Amino acid sequence: MNAESFAPQNHGAPILVQHLTKCFGAFTAVEDVSFSVRTGEVFGWLGPNGAGKTTTIRMLLGLMKPTSGNSFVLGFNSATQTKLVHAHVGYMSQQFTLYNDLTAAQNIRFYGSVHGLSSDEIRQRVLEIIQMAGLDGRQNLLTGSLSGGWKQRLALGCAIVHHPAVVFLDEPTAGVDPISRRQFWELIYQMAKDGVTVLVTTHYMDEAELCQRVGLISAGRLVALDSVNRLKQTEMRGQVLEINSADPERAVQILKASQQNHQIPLDEVALYGVQIHAVVPGAQEHREAIRRLLVENAVRVISIDWIAPTLEDVFISSVKANSRIS
Amino acid sequence: MKQFAISVTNLVKEFKVNKTLTTAVNGLSLQVARGDTYGLIGPDGAGKTTTMRVILGLLSRTSGESSVLGFDSMNDMYQIREHIGYIAQQFSLPPNLTVIENMLFFAGVHSVSAEDQKKRIPELLSFAGLTEFSSRLAGKLSGGMKKKLALACSLVHEPQVVMLDEPTLGVDPVSRREFWNLLGNLRAEKGLTIFICTPYMDEAERCTHVGLIYQGRMIVDDSPAQIKAIIPGHLLEFTPSDFAPALKLCAGMEGVLEVQTYGERLHVFVDDAARSKPQLEAALTAQRITYGDLREIEVRMEEAFISLIRRQKESTEQNGLPALKSEVSGDSR
Repeated sequence: MNAESFAPQNHGAPILVQHLTKCFGAFTAVEDVSFSVRTGEVFGWLGPNGAGKTTTIRMLLGLMKPTSGNSFVLGFNSATQTKLVHAHVGYMSQQFTLYNDLTAAQNIRFYGSVHGLSSDEIRQRVLEIIQMAGLDGRQNLLTGSLSGGWKQRLALGCAIVHHPAVVFLDEPTAGVDPISRRQFWELIYQMAKDGVTVLVTTHYMDEAELCQRVGLISAGRLVALDSVNRLKQTEMRGQVLEINSADPERAVQILKASQQNHQIPLDEVALYGVQIHAVVPGAQEHREAIRRLLVENAVRVISIDWIAPTLEDVFISSVKANSRIS
Repeated sequence: MKQFAISVTNLVKEFKVNKTLTTAVNGLSLQVARGDTYGLIGPDGAGKTTTMRVILGLLSRTSGESSVLGFDSMNDMYQIREHIGYIAQQFSLPPNLTVIENMLFFAGVHSVSAEDQKKRIPELLSFAGLTEFSSRLAGKLSGGMKKKLALACSLVHEPQVVMLDEPTLGVDPVSRREFWNLLGNLRAEKGLTIFICTPYMDEAERCTHVGLIYQGRMIVDDSPAQIKAIIPGHLLEFTPSDFAPALKLCAGMEGVLEVQTYGERLHVFVDDAARSKPQLEAALTAQRITYGDLREIEVRMEEAFISLIRRQKESTEQNGLPALKSEVSGDSR
């Protein structure tokens, strides 16, 4: 292989998406989406099911041709230089495509040979990946017998066996426990520190908070693109109140009734354990109205606090607002 | 005295795997009060699903007691079936039946009378927001709608208790929020008792009570607020320019109780935030580590979970952080 001709071109951004659009018949799955990801950045690609998240990734990987617009990975055009894109990216899906009847080390060897590594390189990578995934002493166990967290780290190792400069992680942590998830994110940031660019999708917003920047796609359109902290300041419609009362079950029903007859403008009201979260247009002016309503209905109010929104609050607010427009 | 919907005492479940005996549940006790939403959490392989299956009578127990609504898990399993709803992990609904046919099917399985069916099914469909999808094939529903249909089906015989094993796996944030809001409504309006296993700590925050298990044993059993309160110290968060040296520095500092990694950030538990914050800043600066956004944050269930499991691990290995016991634990009844 002539290394020079396959070397990434001078491109600026390792992931570059320009006015990307994909139509399936009359349905527009992705509509004029543009963004870029910097070298070594950990970028969260978020959106509800059916919003166009996976379609965008497929176009980036050259698995699907865009209707219009372009995308580039390491300067290679996804649609016309697909083989070059594949040589330089790693991809891990939530199904962890590992062979359960092979050992951990055999899986790494298999993926190494698929990517055309020499036997010396493979030997080296097996050692490195076993160590990275914390699989020391378990390299000769059948993959099927490993627990979720180990399988997941092994799958990541297999996805990066050929030292890709860009890694796509599609819901990599579905169903693994919090400790394994933290370990996994340590690995992600180790890669990023080494200059690997990471695009990750997740349905868990507390996990998306770990990304340096996120893009949110809803109904095919990019509706937000920024750091998590900035999004919390700019994208949240309304403010969140946390209500502690002596009878949360009854209090939530009273508030729901007031929501239905538009007595208090509540965007959302729901039980959170023994507390209630209510989203209101303005915390200051509606806090008192809520307190009064509950007290009038003989519910003792312990406290009503204005709390910071979580990324999940922001996500839901943003998706709702954009589905209303479209 | 509160009446318990679920009661488990000294439960032991052993499995034989390849001629070796494995103890999946090891002397577990828990009580779920009526109307509570009880979250069973723990690392992978801690025994969550096994515990749920034993309670349901789907697996036999090795020793100990377990009952639902006073019915013994092993001897009265048919009564238990009649009075509880259950969504198994990775359940599947008949995909070639429509939404309404699925409801009718589950109503039939539970011998719900025609009269009750006529009343309840439209109610449940409207409750789950599925009325307009009544004639859609279950296989053609989105992931979130499938979960809501499963919940509606599990409620068709008006159970007093539902048992849900990781019901939101793979569901997007909007649908997950809707699913949990439905559970909240069921608790508020019908007083339904909910027992749920979940790997997601933001879901544990939405429970009224949480049991954290590890290696088949109960570690803490309390409200989320109490569990967070037993983690000692204050939590500082920051993003260092050099991760590994900063981690090492924090771990060796006086007044630091525990360090957790959080993506590119560090979570440092200190005994006195006012004293430790300037010390930490000075130490980082001395080592030429720059940092952004150093601030005190509140402990969430996720940090509490990681801290408690780590303590448990280290105390079994006889070193490091001492294990913590909830002060208001409920096992002395």
